[in-house]
Amino acid sequence: MSLLSINGLQAGYGPRRVLQGVDLTIGDGQILVVLGANGAGKTTLLRAISGTIPRAGTITFDGKRIDQLSARKVVAAGIAHVPQGRGTFADLTVDENIRLGAYLRNAADAKRNRERWLTFFPRLRERLAQQAGSLSGGEQQMLAITRALMLQPRLLLLDEPSLGLAPIITRGLVDVLAAIRKETAMTMLIVEQNANLALAIADDGMVLESGNVVLRDTAANLVGNDEVRRIYLGYE
Amino acid sequence: MLFANQVIDGLADGAIYASLALALAFSYRSTGIVNFAQGEMAMLSAYAVWQLMTWGLPLVPATLISIAISFAAGAALYAGLVKPLSRANLLTVVSVLIGLYLALNSLAGFLWTYSIKALPSLFPKAHLQIGPLSVSIETVGIIAVVACVLLLLYLLFERTKLGLAMRGAASTPDSAELVGVPVPAMLLIGWGIAAALGALSGILVAPRVFLNPTMMFGVIIYAFAAATLGGFDSLIGAVVGGLLVGVVENLVGTYIPWIGPDLKIVVALILIFGTLLIKPDGLFGRRKVARL
Repeated sequence: MSLLSINGLQAGYGPRRVLQGVDLTIGDGQILVVLGANGAGKTTLLRAISGTIPRAGTITFDGKRIDQLSARKVVAAGIAHVPQGRGTFADLTVDENIRLGAYLRNAADAKRNRERWLTFFPRLRERLAQQAGSLSGGEQQMLAITRALMLQPRLLLLDEPSLGLAPIITRGLVDVLAAIRKETAMTMLIVEQNANLALAIADDGMVLESGNVVLRDTAANLVGNDEVRRIYLGYE
Repeated sequence: MLFANQVIDGLADGAIYASLALALAFSYRSTGIVNFAQGEMAMLSAYAVWQLMTWGLPLVPATLISIAISFAAGAALYAGLVKPLSRANLLTVVSVLIGLYLALNSLAGFLWTYSIKALPSLFPKAHLQIGPLSVSIETVGIIAVVACVLLLLYLLFERTKLGLAMRGAASTPDSAELVGVPVPAMLLIGWGIAAALGALSGILVAPRVFLNPTMMFGVIIYAFAAATLGGFDSLIGAVVGGLLVGVVENLVGTYIPWIGPDLKIVVALILIFGTLLIKPDGLFGRRKVARL
């Protein structure tokens, strides 16, 4: 049973159409990694799903159509989007950022989730009173993920979590994502440049090219695929 | 003693400037727009109290109703004028708000004529003797009322979920949407609170300057000086700026005889000019830094 299924999704910016009709499904509990060159439409895909840009086509989430919903309603339906560049509230404290993530949840849930996710990110616990804008890039990414998890989402959309981070930080982040997945079986759709790392925790991967899905396979098969190895994994 | 009295009087004036400066900072912080018509809206709020009283309401209920109406008017201004213009360029928005300033000013003249009216003070006309100091109850009352309002605002922003959501919406609207905060509703409430704060300043100042359509002219200039001095996007800055401007204005008016009451307004302009020259972000303003 798929949690998210998308048919003929088109989206873009003004007159420029980026997604040319994307079809995809993600099973409940699955991690799907989206690969593709710059401008292939990876970020646009996530934005179209979360309703932050206008889109056409059908998006069914947990049995309900969400393609007509506003961004806020999509969030309420249970899809959390960690945008590219993290989008933390720079002039609020770390704790306030986390609490704001639970805006749609009641106080008891918020408190319980805050404790739960802070155990995954002990660094954030040390910095609760600090302004989010003063965090390092890696810490900001942790904060952005924690804030998204506070929603108790069924589906987590992650846009380039490793962008601008040192390899060792990225590695730590991926490990935490794997741990979260292991504990919660949360469904994730991850756009990531570091394909090697991302495919290591993913079940499936797909390749976007000029707004079309050109390849979809299991992560293991993609790692063995010659063309994927050459273009996205950096093997000669 | 004269000095201490001048400082306390200055704080009372400053509290009035602070509430109007806070109104300016509020709308600026949330939407990046300076509401040039804020002072005229405050003037209409004061007239509303007068009108309600001529219809037979006592002063305190009339004041509370006027503040509630002002909140609604501020929210309506956002929904009807500011939000539709949110993608227009800044000059357009500024022109519209200056137009609104002139329109509201003329509206007051049309409805209530340009002859001055007396609005009673919320406080009794008596003096308190504190040691060697003689302070009017009005002075103490104004400071107390504004202090209470500031405390309520502080509690709203620091202790409630609504306040946190409003700060989030003002800080990074796109991210606020992504956690499910209804951003336009938050901005609407913010403009409503701004108008209510403005109304408070208008109602507090009207008994001191008489009710007339141009009564806010001086006050809005001081409020601009206060907001500039404090840093336009800082709420604490608006309050500190307001109090400082009030005190400085009073001391200069008292001790530099050739300035006196007529040239006092120049003090505000010098403060604005000096702040922009020496510390453009004000005392508490954030310097805009972008991390790439």
